[in-house]
Amino acid sequence: MNEIWAGIQAAFRLIFSLDADLVEITLRSLQVSLTALVVASVIALPFGTWLAIRRFRYRRATIATLNALMGLPPVVVGLIVYLLLSRSGPFGVMGLLFTPTAMIIAQVIIITPLIASITHQAMRELWAEYHDLLISLNTTKRQRIATLIWDGRRTLLTAALAGFGRAIGEVGAIMIVGGNIDHATRVLTTAIALETGKGDFALALGLGFVLIALALLVNFAIHALSRTEREGTW
Amino acid sequence: MVEAPPSVSLSGALVKRRGKTILGPLDLTLAASGFTIVLGPNGAGKTTLLKVLHGVDRLSEGAVTWSVPDAQARESQAYVFQSPIMLRRSVRQNLAYPLQLLGEDKASIAAKVADWAQRIGLEDALDRPAPRLSGGERQKLALGRALIRNPQVLFLDEPCANLDGRSTREIEALLKAAQQAGTRIIMTTHDLGQARRLATDLVFLLRGALHEQGRAPAFFTAPRTAEAKAFLEGDIVE
Repeated sequence: MNEIWAGIQAAFRLIFSLDADLVEITLRSLQVSLTALVVASVIALPFGTWLAIRRFRYRRATIATLNALMGLPPVVVGLIVYLLLSRSGPFGVMGLLFTPTAMIIAQVIIITPLIASITHQAMRELWAEYHDLLISLNTTKRQRIATLIWDGRRTLLTAALAGFGRAIGEVGAIMIVGGNIDHATRVLTTAIALETGKGDFALALGLGFVLIALALLVNFAIHALSRTEREGTW
Repeated sequence: MVEAPPSVSLSGALVKRRGKTILGPLDLTLAASGFTIVLGPNGAGKTTLLKVLHGVDRLSEGAVTWSVPDAQARESQAYVFQSPIMLRRSVRQNLAYPLQLLGEDKASIAAKVADWAQRIGLEDALDRPAPRLSGGERQKLALGRALIRNPQVLFLDEPCANLDGRSTREIEALLKAAQQAGTRIIMTTHDLGQARRLATDLVFLLRGALHEQGRAPAFFTAPRTAEAKAFLEGDIVE
């Protein structure tokens, strides 16, 4: 209990003193996770929607695989990305290992199936509602996908936020591909792991509270910006 | 004014779902003009016939042949469903949607939306969410959204089912105006009064089969089949 209280105190101290290291790793956490979220959303939202409206031979198998990929172990993803980006790997020449870009790649791989799967579920229901109308209006596939994404944007926001939640709290993969290098690839989660390992539980807890506050802040900000609970919306 | 609508023929049309025959086999030709009412009791195949003609449902056997190429026929049609499907958008955006699909410019869309909002009596509700409109308002919006593209052929599936007298009258007025503007209308109903008010010709279906087709006055005064006669007399026909 004392350690939790000390953690809260440490969090306040770090925040109100605008600790330079804290600001740096917080901004890096945001940069990595938000970039991964944007990239994953660009892939997953249209793919999940396409999957909802398209009928093809291996559709069921594709959906089952996508759902299974939601549970991808981050450590395994980290290991695979590490091998791909390491000097002897196929993309080693790009020199991306132990950079924020490598961390973004790992996070994109982890959260894309999650966002795509939730998108597919949501869009399947909306497609059932809109199907006859959009067929009747002679819409192209592209127009159908665009319409579903636009009209289902509030549900898709939930999918995106779930992806962000997974990304910002992820530690296994980014520890492997980022290396937790101070002033280079250290983010909140890897810093917590480091401080816990060092036995500085108060600082680790403090960083943990900052992480939770950050996740809540981003969620509130996105909800406020998209006006999900505004009167008169759906 | 819309261009002259195409005519359509069904030959050997058969629709089966899970081994059960829903419609047909039937051969039917509908002329290029007029107001055709498809009459029949529940389960007669009225909605299926309309959806097959419009291309929303597929035939199990047979063919639908329009007097113009299929793609051209599809582009010039609109469909109003029995339960109006509202996009999760405002009334304004619902009206604008079909025009946006056609790539019309914003000024033209705004002018047409304003015009049609007035025609359907929703000019004061333009910024309201369409899914929150009343049943009558939703049906009028669905009709306005269908007519805003000036379709040559308009399909309506029981558009006045569950509506009160006032809403029904307003919708019928819109349909008459559309017909006078040159739109070919094909509509299902089991409301005989409405059929008498609107139809120029009739198709009578029973258990998925075509029982009678002809001019409306002849159908109402001298039906040729016993089933049609019983239906007109208000007997229960199944």
